[in-house]
Amino acid sequence: METTVIRELRNMFPNLTASEFRGQWRAIAPVESIFDVLEKLKEENGFDLLVDITCVDYLDYPNAKDRFGLVYLLANTETNERIAVRCFVNDPEPMVSSVVELWEGANWLEREVWDMFGIHFDGHPDLRRILLPEQFTAHPLRKDYPLQGLGERHNFPVITRAEG
Amino acid sequence: MPLSIEPHTGDLAHDEPKSYLWTMNFGPQHPATHTTLRLVLKLDGERVVDAMPDIGYLHSGFEKLGEYLDYNQYVTVTDRMNYVSPMANNVAWHLAVEKLLGIETPPRCQSIRVIVAELSRISDHLLTLGAMGLDTGAFTHFIYAFNPREQINDIFEALCGARFTNSYTRVGGLMYDATPKAIEMIRDLLKQLPRALADMERLLNRNRIFVDRMKGIGVLSREDAINRSCSGPVARASGVARDLRKDEPYLNYADFDFNVCCAEEGDCYARYLVRLAEIRESMKIVRQAVENLPAGPVNVSGTGPFFGEKTHSANQGSAENTDLSPSEPRATTHVILPDKQAVETTIEGLITHFEMVMTNRGFETPCEEVYCATEAPNGELGFYIVGDGSPRAYRARCRPPSFIHFALFPHLIRGHTLSDVVAVLGSLNIIAAELDR
Repeated sequence: METTVIRELRNMFPNLTASEFRGQWRAIAPVESIFDVLEKLKEENGFDLLVDITCVDYLDYPNAKDRFGLVYLLANTETNERIAVRCFVNDPEPMVSSVVELWEGANWLEREVWDMFGIHFDGHPDLRRILLPEQFTAHPLRKDYPLQGLGERHNFPVITRAEG
Repeated sequence: MPLSIEPHTGDLAHDEPKSYLWTMNFGPQHPATHTTLRLVLKLDGERVVDAMPDIGYLHSGFEKLGEYLDYNQYVTVTDRMNYVSPMANNVAWHLAVEKLLGIETPPRCQSIRVIVAELSRISDHLLTLGAMGLDTGAFTHFIYAFNPREQINDIFEALCGARFTNSYTRVGGLMYDATPKAIEMIRDLLKQLPRALADMERLLNRNRIFVDRMKGIGVLSREDAINRSCSGPVARASGVARDLRKDEPYLNYADFDFNVCCAEEGDCYARYLVRLAEIRESMKIVRQAVENLPAGPVNVSGTGPFFGEKTHSANQGSAENTDLSPSEPRATTHVILPDKQAVETTIEGLITHFEMVMTNRGFETPCEEVYCATEAPNGELGFYIVGDGSPRAYRARCRPPSFIHFALFPHLIRGHTLSDVVAVLGSLNIIAAELDR
């Protein structure tokens, strides 16, 4: 019961797998072709709205093979169709090509994934931390970062009235 | 915290010959930034040449908390995201959880959730309109807008005991049913709200000062709105006729008759008018929902076919199996706490209560990932939940409309004057708690 989009994706990218859960289709593409998959979806299938870019750290997940799973959620404003495209990246150097040239909204979303997970986006114009201060060193949403933190709060530089 | 932003490749104004440009810090502590945002503005006299947002002042690790809190406990955290419309966030979170579990709530619960979501939409839009007026100097408009919000907060208090941080929804239902007194209060609100809206409109809609400050300021074109992932009133005011309540109806919205409010200009005035029109549409929905409120239970009943058998292996979705539909019901699985009467008088009720509440027990969830979006007052609020079998989410990602809209800000403000910064910021309705999570 697959949709035309999924059929086209499977034909064009032989390494892509797809499945459906609760009415939502997810396609899993290898990291090298993720930009081409997203470009095809945007240009040819009309998925012009990038809904979200997020990441899941599968370190503690049962039966996990790869560490990070990047998720791109797309929507088609004409037909209201949605699709989730995922790819897996691994340590030590998780890197994926940036989609800022396809959707300008990806700019801040990718910065947040970099900030929270440490996944580097190749081709991003300005990849720096967005929510956490620049001096922060860890990537907190990773599973090996504790909930209470590693004590960074106590080491923030304090600016006195004289300096500021 | 840096005192100045280092130059980066997006910084147009950092050339040597332009040393006459003046850097000004706007925020994070400022009465006109809605809560803690910081903008570093590069000014040429009064014209803004560039604006560099610096966010994260309210970052509280909500997404990390989602991995340690139960599905019913996390709703308290979602309250604190978009805190001007907390019920909408609660509804969005539990819709996503129920989608993961495959539960359909009874019709009465859906109608009440629609009512509270629309009341929060009215509340949020009233606050935005009031703040738009306040930032441009109209203090009376602010008071006109906040008066009905007091009534809405009283209604929420009658429904669940809390004015603001409600946490009203639960997995499979609601915390308390709606009492007749609350319904009466909603009817009173619907009688008195048009008067307040008329006051607000008469004051500002054709006010020369307000219109001059808002018209033509911060124009967002339709292509830009889609390219930059806008949604909600910000996108609708630019001509993107997309409203999740109509396009992908959830809860009971398909049963109600209402219009989607759009505009074409995409400036601040258009966003003001769209929000004003949306309040009227929300009133229509609440009126229809209250008059046709179905009777019946408000919580999903204890045993029901939620999800498949226990032998579901967790996979990262790479397998081709599509037979993840619910199969055998598990006879003793509950997702909603049993009635207090049953807990205190029957042994099954007591055991079920403890099974659900104790730390390493609770209901089982499928090892799957799901995304569910609702039309929150600010835009498309979606939750991407990864379940791992336990009653805690493995990853609870909130797709925050304010975060995505704040990225628009440098694009919208270039070339405008300093006084327009406040107007544009107000029209985007940036809630810092949702921005930073």
